[in-house]
Amino acid sequence: MADTQQANHPHSAHDAHGHGEHAHASFAHPMAPRMLLGVFAALIALTIITVVAANFPLGRWEIVVSLTIATIKASLVVLFFMHLWYDKPFNALIFVASLAFVALFLGITLIDSREYQPEIEQRTIEHVTTEVAAPAQ
Amino acid sequence: MASIVEPEAAATHDHHGDHPEFLAHHFETPQQQYDTGKLGMWLFLIQEILFFSGLFVAYAVYRANHPEIFVYAHQFLDKSLGAFNTVVLLLSSLTMAWAVRDSQLVNNRGLIRNLAITIACAFLFLGVKAVEYSHKWDIGLYWASKFAPTAEHHGGSMILFWLCLPFILISVALIAATVVSKQKNYEQGYRFYGILALASVAFFVGVGCGFVVPAVAGSDSHGPAHVEEHAGESDHHVVATHADPAHALADDVESPRNAGIFFSIYYVMTGLHAVHIIGGVIALAWLLWRALKRQFQAEYFGPVDSVGLYWHLVDLVWIYLFPLLYLIH
Repeated sequence: MADTQQANHPHSAHDAHGHGEHAHASFAHPMAPRMLLGVFAALIALTIITVVAANFPLGRWEIVVSLTIATIKASLVVLFFMHLWYDKPFNALIFVASLAFVALFLGITLIDSREYQPEIEQRTIEHVTTEVAAPAQ
Repeated sequence: MASIVEPEAAATHDHHGDHPEFLAHHFETPQQQYDTGKLGMWLFLIQEILFFSGLFVAYAVYRANHPEIFVYAHQFLDKSLGAFNTVVLLLSSLTMAWAVRDSQLVNNRGLIRNLAITIACAFLFLGVKAVEYSHKWDIGLYWASKFAPTAEHHGGSMILFWLCLPFILISVALIAATVVSKQKNYEQGYRFYGILALASVAFFVGVGCGFVVPAVAGSDSHGPAHVEEHAGESDHHVVATHADPAHALADDVESPRNAGIFFSIYYVMTGLHAVHIIGGVIALAWLLWRALKRQFQAEYFGPVDSVGLYWHLVDLVWIYLFPLLYLIH
């Protein structure tokens, strides 16, 4: 997509200047109203689905379902409202790279997060016992 | 400016042989300027993503270790208000995307209209948020060690009043600026302040929605009325065991240890998000000012596009915050 736009550039840039109000620069990619409204409708529908789904007891799948829906919504926003689908691949690469680092950050921290939990729980129990034994204030 | 451009560059890259006013002298073409700006914006946005991810990691670790706190605490969050604000932000994203389209097509009227709606949505969002925060603070749902849920809805609207005060002052100042501009026949200022004044009134509409939406939705969470009901039920058995009425609600729903940390996470995440909304309003007002001056052209819409990207990112953060904070079971 980006390549064809660049190839066309010299000519269409000329046109954009030459013509009236509704011509646009070659590197502009105005989204069709139909597309904008379609994405918006999908986002609203997904919001309704996620609220309705929250009423069902899905147990441990609940977080998976709600985050999957959130990710679909986020993808719609990023690809269409933020134009990443039509943007230079390099910008998409930057964005995806940041997600990779977030995944790394989250994943490695979670692996380690229960490391000291037994000690913390032990300490908490002792702490509570002392609090109960001693009259509070 | 045109004299700085090398003749060769001017001949090959610029069909008029001059440098357009909007084009910074170190760029050869409008497209180069646009692409560079956009690259810079994306680099800023990924920094924002990584910045917010620290909070999401804090959330994930705490939820993984203490799921019971999240199950307990989510009942204090009003699902209907969270959903309402999600729709408000999605609508603002639509109008923002439309504003970008208008700027690309040099439809200045459309651009101004869509920027105004986007700003109004931001104020609406903040108004609902003010009601949510004040309800929580009214029943003692503070952060970390300050967390002390109480059945009594003490003070009530005073906290809401203090949260509203800055917005009352902003609205009054904008209305005053509009009137003064009108009297001095300062057209640009009259339109700019007038539009902002109208948009800022949306904050108070948001405050109204904060009360109306949960009532209409028949929300199951602890609105003020619901809390009082609970207090009434629990009074009989609680008073006998606990002399301290502050523990009535806590006792009623078995507040787990360190439940306040959920609210620390909640306030930092939503608060930081709200700060981003306020920052977005300032950036949008800047665009509105420039749009009123007709500064955006067929080959110069980069600023609108960049602020749009930022605004969508703020929406993106909320898209995750909503299910993670409000829709827990």
